[in-house]
Order: sequence, then C-alpha cells, then structure tokens
Amino acid sequence: MNGAISDGLIVTWRNLKRIPRIPELAIFAILQSVMFVLLFAFVFGGAIPLPDGGSYREYLMPGIFAQTIVFAAATTAIGMCDDIHKGLLDRFRSLPMSRSAVLIGRTVADVVYNAGILVVLMISGYVVGWRINTGLPELLAGVGLLLLFAVAMAAIGVWLGLAVPSVEVAQQVSFTVLFPITFLSNVFVPPQSLPEWLQPVAEWNPVSTLTAATRELWGNPNPYVGTGLPAEQPALVTVIWVIVILAIFLPAGVRRYRNLSR
Amino acid sequence: MAAITAEGLVKIYRTRKTEVRALDGVDLQVDEGTVMGLLGPNGAGKTTAVRILATLLRPDAGHATVGGFDVVREAHQVRSMIGLSGQYAAVDENLTARENLWMFGRLYQLPSAESSRRAAELLVQFDLVEAADRTVKTYSGGMRRRLDLASALIGRPRLLFLDEPTTGLDPRSRLGMWDVIRRLVRDGVTLLLTTQYLEEADELADIIAVVDHGRIIARGTADQLKSQVGGERIEVVVHDPSEIQRAAEILARDGSGQWTLDEHTRKLTVPATGGAAKLIEVVRDLGEAGVEIDDIALRRPTLDDVFLSLTGHTSETETPEAAA
Repeated sequence: MNGAISDGLIVTWRNLKRIPRIPELAIFAILQSVMFVLLFAFVFGGAIPLPDGGSYREYLMPGIFAQTIVFAAATTAIGMCDDIHKGLLDRFRSLPMSRSAVLIGRTVADVVYNAGILVVLMISGYVVGWRINTGLPELLAGVGLLLLFAVAMAAIGVWLGLAVPSVEVAQQVSFTVLFPITFLSNVFVPPQSLPEWLQPVAEWNPVSTLTAATRELWGNPNPYVGTGLPAEQPALVTVIWVIVILAIFLPAGVRRYRNLSR
Repeated sequence: MAAITAEGLVKIYRTRKTEVRALDGVDLQVDEGTVMGLLGPNGAGKTTAVRILATLLRPDAGHATVGGFDVVREAHQVRSMIGLSGQYAAVDENLTARENLWMFGRLYQLPSAESSRRAAELLVQFDLVEAADRTVKTYSGGMRRRLDLASALIGRPRLLFLDEPTTGLDPRSRLGMWDVIRRLVRDGVTLLLTTQYLEEADELADIIAVVDHGRIIARGTADQLKSQVGGERIEVVVHDPSEIQRAAEILARDGSGQWTLDEHTRKLTVPATGGAAKLIEVVRDLGEAGVEIDDIALRRPTLDDVFLSLTGHTSETETPEAAA
C-alpha cells in the first residue's frame, strides 16, 4: 500500500510535468470550455427561457463545469492509450513497482489538472455574469463534488484507454459516448423541454445530478423536473453515482492493466 | 548456474478467425554471465519470448525462471533483478533524460538521492550529458535508444533483456551500441538479446539460438552453427560458358567435395580446405588450363548461409504469419 502511494506520486509527478511542457493541451481544453460558455451565453441563451425565470448565464455555468469534468475522461483515455503505444507502460510493468501506481498517478494528475481548468473557467464565468449567491463553504462543497466526480471520470478514462486499440479509437469512443451524456441532461436546457420519455434519463443522468447539486449549493437557478430522489437529493445521488462508477471501473482498470497484451 | 531457464514455453495469439502459435514449445537455458542471442526473422517469436521472461506476458503453457524466480508466480522478484530495453524507445518524451532516469530509478525503488546519482553516472556513460536537460522529444533515434538502454540499467540489474537493440539505427549508432553492450557484458551482466541481424548475433552472443515459427531450430556457438553448413568454399565465375566444363574438372580435382553450378551466373562453387593456399592453387591451375575467369573468391559460411540451410528461407523474408 505504501508502495502504491509513493510510486503513484512519482507517476503523478511525471504526468503533471507534461502540462507546462505541452501548454497547448491545457490552453485548448480551456478554450473549448470558454467557447461553450460564449456560444450558449450569447447565441442560444436568448432562445432558452428558464421555467422560473432567472439568469441563463448563472444557470449555464455549473453545467459547463460539469461538462468540462465529463469530457476530461477523454483526455485521460487518450493519455493512457498513448503511454501504451509509446511502450512506456511496458517499461512500467517491467519495473518492481506497485501494480496500481500507474492508474493512481494518471487519476490524481488528471484531477489536479481539472482543478486548475476549473479555476480558469470560474473566472471566465464570473466575467460573463455568473455569481455564487451563497457563501465560501458552499463554494468549496460544490468544487469538492465536481472533483469527486472527476475521480470517477478519470477511472472510466483509464479503463477506456487500456481497452481500446489506438489513440484514435479512444478519441472517437470518448466523444461518441460523452456528447450524448452531457447533452441528455440539464446542462444546457431545462429538462422540461425534453420529450417525456427522455425526461427520466436526463433526471438520473449523473451529469444532471452533479449540475443540479452545484446549482443548488451556489444559489443558481435550478428548475428541476419531478419530485424523485435525483430532484430532491442531487448531491447524494451524485455521490452514489461516483461510488458505483469507481466500484465498476477501478477493478476493471487494474485487471486490464495486469493483463495488457496477454 | 543458469540465470534464465525456460521449458516448453507456448504462447498462442487468438483472433476471431486465426490462431497463431507465436511460441510453440521453446526451451532455453542461459548461464550466468553469458550472452544468449535469439536470432530469427520478424514474427519468429523472439519478442514474445522476451516478453514472457520479462513478466509482461503470461505463457499459455510451460514455465520459466529468471534468477531462480518463477516469471509468473514470483514476477515481482524477477522485476527487481532485470532490465528491459525494447525495440521501441520506451521513455517519456515530455521529460528530460535526467528526469526519465530519475523516475525509473525511483520506480526501481532506489532512494531519491541514489537515483539522481545513478542517473548522472548513466548520462556520462551513454554520452548524453550535453542533452541531459532537454526534453526527449528533441532527441535523435540513436539518442533515444541509448537513453532507453540507460533506463534499463538504472537499478544495476544482473540480467538484461535487449529486444532488437539496434533495429532501425544507422550503421554508426549500431557500432556504438555494440560497444556499449560489450562493456556491459564485461561487467558480468547476463544478457538475452534478440536480433534479426546475423552479424549482430555473431558479434555479441556466446550462444545463438535460431528461432523460426515459434520454435528453436538450432543452437550453438556461431562457429558450431557455421560448421553445420560446412567449411570454406571457393567460388569461381567463369567468363565463357563453353569453358565451364573444363573449370569444373579442375575444381573437382583441387576441391574437397562435390562442385555445384549456378548456370545463370556461371558460378561454380566447391568446398575446399587449405584456405588461401588452396585458392592460389586453383587460380594457378585455371590459368594454366587457359580458363578465363571474371571472379574468384574464398568464402567462409556466414550465419546467413546457416539460416538459409536451416529454414529454407533467408533471414530477410518474413514468415507468413508475422504477427508478433
């Protein structure tokens, strides 16, 4: 266990070193999110009325944060896949190091990276008019929930990166899966505007519960459909989602890692 | 003592339609402090064998030990004794050489200070001092390969696996790599080396195992293998086809075996003993008989000849199911 942590930290260090050395990655990740902010705030925003009124931009930003965290799974998957193809994973697997260190290092580094991007996004959100209408404890609780979810998404990304045959496939699969997940939610539009049969999907979607939870914590508009558990306890449902995802994808990822190219 | 043993290693790669036996019952024994060369074409199973011995791959049958430890059940102990350098330079492009070495040292469980010290040593040894603090992205292929080998040595392993260490290198880098490898062997490292280059196996290995279609089809020292295809030969290219018969009669008399003729190139070949003196004799006899020749040579068998006579194909041709 000790070894897993110290080896994991070394791999984390290695993954974080990459960020300043390829600044384009972080810059474009941020630009992509900022572009979504601008598109929805200025282009679609006017056409999307909120059921109970309220500022669309305040409504939008928590959704953008959640979307950014979800899409980060693609970065994780691509990074993992790249390490396989560069032969680096073979080197790690031939070393007398902890079997989980590579997965820990990838996950921790990606969560730290996401935290950084989140800070930049919050500042740009502030600029377009997003506000936290509660206090510092709620701010921290919301960020904590986002980062907790980032851990779950990284676990999915690690598994995916180990499961697909190439970086290109990792990219394709990520976006094919992640786009509908973020759009079939309350991120951009109030779920009431969806067809009725889709509403439960959007309601239980972890991206929705994560977004609703942060909106609630920060006092941003949160017109939520229904009276079920996800509507009443979005934070709790999000945490349950995180536990379920980790319980499935962490062991699956470790198994993949051990059995690579077997 | 045997540093590496393998008995009946089998590895099968299955895809939806086909089944490739990458290893089909491989037995190996490498004594401590010696160099074993696995020689074979692409897809022969060399890399698969190395990956099993380096604990990256599980055999489907058979078992193997490295340094006395079982590669499947005691993989962790095996990993603490080995260094692996593959045909793809497995180093982090976004780190510098120094950072790469430090990281691999830490993951080899060296303390941080020891890891830095060892990294500095290896940078000198592999002539990477000047580039040490540049990211690996900026390195040439030869530099990356040297760093990859240095990375494998960070923990002073007693056993080293080198999978095609010079594939893709230019001739000068290859000679440099050979020098480095020879130095390592002098220091007492046990080495298992794979190569498609017959010259390389000849140059570096004490014992050569020729691998084809997942099996070892011959083994021995380079000299033993060469003697399997016979000793020296004299080759004569006759200028005028009408004089071939006369030349053949002379070769039959001077040589020590049956002559053969390649009609297309007008080349006569005959086994010969006596080396250069015999060559001079043949030249003189041909001259006295007035046979005009285009070319004459005394040829020692190369490992290429060995390969051809053992497998029926040269080392350049890929085996049909070149999968792994």
